[in-house]
Amino acid sequence: MSLARRHLLGLEGVSAQEITTILDTAESLKEISARPIKKVPTLRGKTVVHFFYEASTRTRTSFELAAKRLSADTVSLSASTSSLTKGETLIDTAKNLQAMSPDLIVMRHSMSGAPHLLARHIPCSIINAGDGTHEHPTQGLLDLLTIRQVKGRLDGLKVSIIGDISHSRVARSGIIGLNTMGSAVTVYGPNTLLPPQVQSLGVSVAGSMDEAIAEADVVMMLRVQKERLSDVLFPSLREYAQRFGLGMRHLAQAKPDVVVMHPGPINRGVEISPQVADGPWSVILDQVANGVAVRMALLYLLIGQEAA
Amino acid sequence: MSPRGDILLKGGRLLCPATGLDQTGDLLISRGRIAALGGKLAAEGALAIPCAGLTVAPGLIDLHVHLREPGHEYKETIVSGTAAAAAGGFTAVCSMPNTKPVNDCRAVTEMILERAAKEGSARVYPVGAITPGLLGQGLTEMAELAEAGCVAVTDDGRPVADARLLRRAMEYATGFGLPVICHSEEGSLSAGGVMHEGPTATRLGLAGIPAEAEVIAIERDLALAGLTGARVHIAHVSCAGSVRAIARAKQAGLRVSAETAPHYLTLCDQDVGEYDTHCKMNPPLRSAADREAVRRALAEGVLDAVATDHAPHSVLEKELEFDQAAFGVVGLETALGVMLELVAEGVLTLPQVVQLLSAAPAALLGLPGGRLAKGGPADVTVIATDSPWVVEPGKFRSLSANTPFAGRSLPGRAAVTICGGRITHRLDQEGS
Repeated sequence: MSLARRHLLGLEGVSAQEITTILDTAESLKEISARPIKKVPTLRGKTVVHFFYEASTRTRTSFELAAKRLSADTVSLSASTSSLTKGETLIDTAKNLQAMSPDLIVMRHSMSGAPHLLARHIPCSIINAGDGTHEHPTQGLLDLLTIRQVKGRLDGLKVSIIGDISHSRVARSGIIGLNTMGSAVTVYGPNTLLPPQVQSLGVSVAGSMDEAIAEADVVMMLRVQKERLSDVLFPSLREYAQRFGLGMRHLAQAKPDVVVMHPGPINRGVEISPQVADGPWSVILDQVANGVAVRMALLYLLIGQEAA
Repeated sequence: MSPRGDILLKGGRLLCPATGLDQTGDLLISRGRIAALGGKLAAEGALAIPCAGLTVAPGLIDLHVHLREPGHEYKETIVSGTAAAAAGGFTAVCSMPNTKPVNDCRAVTEMILERAAKEGSARVYPVGAITPGLLGQGLTEMAELAEAGCVAVTDDGRPVADARLLRRAMEYATGFGLPVICHSEEGSLSAGGVMHEGPTATRLGLAGIPAEAEVIAIERDLALAGLTGARVHIAHVSCAGSVRAIARAKQAGLRVSAETAPHYLTLCDQDVGEYDTHCKMNPPLRSAADREAVRRALAEGVLDAVATDHAPHSVLEKELEFDQAAFGVVGLETALGVMLELVAEGVLTLPQVVQLLSAAPAALLGLPGGRLAKGGPADVTVIATDSPWVVEPGKFRSLSANTPFAGRSLPGRAAVTICGGRITHRLDQEGS
């Protein structure tokens, strides 16, 4: 198995066949994380740089574990330690990194398109670990893997994504990946948090929480960021929780085998009630475990081929 | 550049929309003026330039140029900007006031004019600021700006938010014959946006600027034009809603005019592609439907002129994250070629293009030129309408290369540019 691409900048343009290859590889690598000695020599001698311009705990940890379990050497740079704060441009920083011959750069950035800019200027492989409000392809892939594990398939499923679609890179990658794999995506949220002409992303828009939940095989809740309050995108967390939060009463009307997902970190009591987050419907922690597997798969497929 | 000897343009298509002239013949330039035109002319000692198959038009005039000097000389200077103008067929440019210091007083206006006269390759008509420092408060000394040589006032790029202040500005400027140029943008609606709001922005995860941010502001500015009776000119119109508003204002008899730019006629938001900062400008590239509406408005005369909004930026402002990159593109050296593309497509006729780039801008701001007339200034552009070339930003005379048209094949360009009887550009002698 291999991928005919150097970078993973987004799920846009990634074929169903490529996604299947990544998910299958992730399945086969999952077992490594269950071993007492969680390490294989696959990427020995390879260097992976984790270049995080924006704070991240779980994504970075997940990527670092993935690289380490494959025996790659890893270096971490964050905005506070990098020269970004000293006025260096992104391209200069990247060229300096490139001069140290990394095999792959994992990049998180607060601005949409930043990894695309990097990819135009340096030759090494780049994985987008989240760029602004654009894409978060590894999150999209781990969500696909989680759904496939629980439901046995991706084709023909109905997935509802609820919350702040506008500012969510998780939603964009999720929508693209799900559409590619044959699922039908519905979105719901306050109109102020739906991007303009959201249907152009290939989704339908539900008119109510009940409508969004009714037919869904999978309900994906998105984190509501409290800073959106200061932009007056909704009036209060109270009303948000009441109208757009997922509670037990919604699940009572849902399909019996409905699955609830959340990319984390969750705001308990805002977009998701504690009972829902901790209940049997929830696969939130499976998502986290699958994150490591998907990232291992990508590292292997992008830079591990000749080393094998 | 040649000294100001006599020049004989032989056998070209003399095309002057302002006078209705359209016939093959010679044109003789002597002592900086058009000495004779039409038929076969002979002139002892004149430099003869064969123009058979070429179009001899009035020198092109650009209403909207950022020359960047004083203050941002690494992006453009009066010398490089007017050289770019000449290479693009322009003999005159109106320079926007957002320099550093801002052109908000006589000293800056005079400095620009002095440098342009001494070292420039095109006439420069400064446009003064409406508010000192473009800060949106108070009024500049417009009487003095007019006296010093400003041909209009604008707070381009930093539109006057306060409607009462803009009303005062329109009333006051009118007293000194100064048109008011409006960059119409409702800042509270466009704030934070980096490209046109639509499916492409949604796909790319970029914050959008709705077309309504422009439409609302144009409606306000047109209403104030009605209230004050001022001569108001709307800059860089980019969308269908703006076109409708302007058409209504003209039907109502207001003294308003409007321009658009070549990029709004030929590109759209989809061209941003994968975060191409050379397609980032303000107003942004709009939808394909808006582009059609702007094209139609130009063909039908709702829009009066084409101006480039030439906005040079260096790689320092453009090789950045899309959110961080500066708004603006260069246009002087591609405008004519891009407009000829519209002729080739049948959107406009060649006389229309010449009108939109010469007679119209001259009339709108009361500038000299814009016509081929015996005794008039010898500002002449010889156009090779059928001479395809590929845009290579590295060959620009502009100091900046931030063009969205790099690599595009254009059907024609300026073969010779003559400003005040002086050859400022000659394609067949480039590189020699």
